[in-house]
Amino acid sequence: MVTNNTILDPRKRAARIFGPSVVGGIRDSRSYTAFRWLNAALLVVICFLTLYPFLNIVAQAFSSEAFINSGQVNLVPRGFNISTFSYVLGDPMFWRNYGNTVLYTVVATAIAMFLTTTFAYALSKHHLKGRTFFIGLAVFTMFFNGGLIPNYILISTLGMKNTIWAIVLPNAISVFNLLVMKSFFENFPTDLEEAAAIDGLNTYGILARVVLPLSKAVIATMVLFYAVSFWNSWFTAFLYLDRSELYPVTVYLRNLIAGATAADPSAQQAGEATQVASNVKAVTMLLIMAPIISVYPFIQKYFVSGVMLGSVKQ
Amino acid sequence: MSIKESAVDVATAPVEALPDASPSDRRRRPRRARSTWRRSFARDWRLYTLLVLPVVFLVVFRYVPMAGNVIAFRRYRPGGSMFGDEWVGMHYIELFINDPTFWRVFANTLILGALSLVIVFPLPIILALMLNELRSQRFKRVAQSISYLPHFMSVVIVAGVVLQLTSARGSINQLLDVVGIESVPFMQLSEWFRTIYVGSEIWQTVGWGTILYLAALSTIDPQLYEAARIDGAGRWRQTWHVTLPGIRPTMIVLLILNIGTFMAVGFEKILLLYNPLLYPTADVIATYLFRVGIFSSQFSYAAAIGLFEALIGLTLILSANWISKKTVGTSLW
Repeated sequence: MVTNNTILDPRKRAARIFGPSVVGGIRDSRSYTAFRWLNAALLVVICFLTLYPFLNIVAQAFSSEAFINSGQVNLVPRGFNISTFSYVLGDPMFWRNYGNTVLYTVVATAIAMFLTTTFAYALSKHHLKGRTFFIGLAVFTMFFNGGLIPNYILISTLGMKNTIWAIVLPNAISVFNLLVMKSFFENFPTDLEEAAAIDGLNTYGILARVVLPLSKAVIATMVLFYAVSFWNSWFTAFLYLDRSELYPVTVYLRNLIAGATAADPSAQQAGEATQVASNVKAVTMLLIMAPIISVYPFIQKYFVSGVMLGSVKQ
Repeated sequence: MSIKESAVDVATAPVEALPDASPSDRRRRPRRARSTWRRSFARDWRLYTLLVLPVVFLVVFRYVPMAGNVIAFRRYRPGGSMFGDEWVGMHYIELFINDPTFWRVFANTLILGALSLVIVFPLPIILALMLNELRSQRFKRVAQSISYLPHFMSVVIVAGVVLQLTSARGSINQLLDVVGIESVPFMQLSEWFRTIYVGSEIWQTVGWGTILYLAALSTIDPQLYEAARIDGAGRWRQTWHVTLPGIRPTMIVLLILNIGTFMAVGFEKILLLYNPLLYPTADVIATYLFRVGIFSSQFSYAAAIGLFEALIGLTLILSANWISKKTVGTSLW
């Protein structure tokens, strides 16, 4: 279909990018063709503007501080160097906090998956007496929650401050994810489960050996949903952890940028005016984003399908 | 173990997981009403055990804090009972009603919430319609991937990006420089905060917000377009009479959700972005109660404010749902 000839002809090449101008045997009107070109051009601009902040961060990460401070860095690195990377990676606290993020993400995701899967599986059984009550118990928390202060007091009372449990337990069940899994299990073919029951498997056996192995796609989606949200979270750690060796790397970054914002009145009183260099911040941001960006092309479709699955039953 | 391997055990295995398979279930049918709970427990006890941990979780980490709001009416002493020590009635409620700062942050919350709703809510619809007009599937896929990307970023990254872009020598000021406008210290001028906040919301949420609309668009029956064309409708009228009605249920559900979370402005983002110079526009209920509660340890006072905010949120979502049920017949539940 695509010969060298069409590639060389700019008009035909454009048609390949923007799509055919004849659909169903009807040629577009002139004004609609103009609209389609304008629309495509506008979308190119929108895509560029969306990407710009990322490109700017990358450019800053490889630039020298002098060029950033004189406002000469936008898309292309100026004063190219990679010494900022070795500076950030040379900070033992950065590694410690990065390791904490990995640990918190893994543990929190494991706990969340265990609770969400068992809960969703039980709730997917329509014959279960009290099912509506338990669903209501979960859904109500979407619309009304205890709020910051009672939660803070609870975590303090339980003695979980400055422990990993304050990070991995309080957000273990996302009701949205629960509903996604529940609707997936509800559509699971019942004859498979019935056959397994006749073969002598009890509920646990059916869940572990029949249902879960056949639910890999939804499980992958849920793991990704949870892992990304735990990887990105900072506020619970900021609230419940006081010792820097326990911080996740997001709080490490927050403390770098807080030099500029002084959002924290206590830090402000202490006269914490130390400006962290922009390129150090940019490198740190890049290193936090890196794992997500590098798996993003592969995980994006799971996220999209998860969102759609969740919207079905609502 | 696969299903076939375990088939050997059929004869000896108890059959309990199936609702209708239990023989005792059938025999006792006449006395159903009296002992249904006991019977369903006997039949499904394994399913109930699966519920134990999640329900414990919900009770401890969701419902206990809800009950903990009682300290809005009781004096709480750090180290004392988490439900407070003595009743003080409406003391803390009166305190915040007479607190001018509270009304300032209340107004800021409403303004930021309203701006987000009015400006950010319609944009995913427009973007979805624009993407839908693309005939090249590859271009569409790339544009979607790019527009979803900011959604996956931590709010700390978003705040860092915003601060870099708006800094004295950041990209926005570089651009102003090029067109000959003097640079603006954005993060020191409270009149700019709302623009910056809404702008960052647009960047982070609009692309991701198109997913459900694009899904709805793909379910519209092509025959409707054909019929409209035969009736002489041009592109615009097809959009108006076929496309928009096709995504209306999605629009309404998302509008209800947005109205319900109207008061929950991006607290974490504001906490990361603001500074005392920006308080006149940036300080919202959540950030105020965070400072009052966590930094100044006035727990009961902050809890009273938090309870007030949560109740408004609940009222908003219930009434939005009720109104849409009455008027257009679409509702969340």
